[in-house]
Amino acid sequence: MSLPIAADLTAPLVIGESTIVLDRARLVRYAGASGDFNPIHWNAEFAQAAGLPGIIGHGMLTMGAALDLVEHWLGDPGAVLDYQTRFARPVPVPSTGTVSVEVVGTLAAIDVAEKSGRVDLLVTLDGAKVLVKAQVAVRLA
Amino acid sequence: MVNTEYAGRSYPAGPVYVVGREKIREFAAAVGATHPSHVSVDSARALGYVDVVAPATFAVVLAQRAEAQYVEDPEAGIDFSRVVHADERFSHVRPIVAGDELVTAVSVESITQRGGLSMVTTCAEIYAADGAGEPSELISRVYSTLAVREADA
Repeated sequence: MSLPIAADLTAPLVIGESTIVLDRARLVRYAGASGDFNPIHWNAEFAQAAGLPGIIGHGMLTMGAALDLVEHWLGDPGAVLDYQTRFARPVPVPSTGTVSVEVVGTLAAIDVAEKSGRVDLLVTLDGAKVLVKAQVAVRLA
Repeated sequence: MVNTEYAGRSYPAGPVYVVGREKIREFAAAVGATHPSHVSVDSARALGYVDVVAPATFAVVLAQRAEAQYVEDPEAGIDFSRVVHADERFSHVRPIVAGDELVTAVSVESITQRGGLSMVTTCAEIYAADGAGEPSELISRVYSTLAVREADA
């Protein structure tokens, strides 16, 4: 597997789309795997007392899940050099059923000399941005 | 009330964290990182890694453990019922792989206050540990900003 070749690419280029489906079980699973046991992600009373609409997903879960399409496009997760975002709005997760967050990844800039690029992630819930300035610096070939 | 006197404070690298293959697999499944190199040793080795590769955001596991020294200090004044995560950034020198033995140091980069909101930025530096458990090669920097609402007047 080799990385996409910078000189063969033209920006902007949509590199992939995905849907992140969240339910309460997934939040519990992420809490356990990550060690992030903040009660706003599993205790509705605590979340409401904290001024939230109810239990919300971990921002880090959305951030992590949104990266999946970038890793597949690159073919090598180690080619993710830098990944940053701002958390713009919470993702409320209902007690039953699911909530779906949409992701579109766009190669926004290419540096042929440096063999690197920048992927911008558009991450939305009901059309409103959940993450803003979600940018991934990637290594290309 | 967030204690602004903590700005600039740093905490030395703590105990060694040994990155387990099953931990990477567990984290990848939980976060939805489906690239085969997160679970398959053969797939990871085909890419030139010695063992399964952690997703880029796995570093938060080490960063949050290290940040706990600061954010859980009662004197720091960070009330978790008033905290939301504002920003996060991972800057990797190389990916974390299973078998890595890592140590993490944390510094409080800045604390700014405006309009009843405190923005607290920390930087966790993750290093490969040498034989004595001391930091050697830098692996990753993790910047995290928490927004803390002050108590209602």
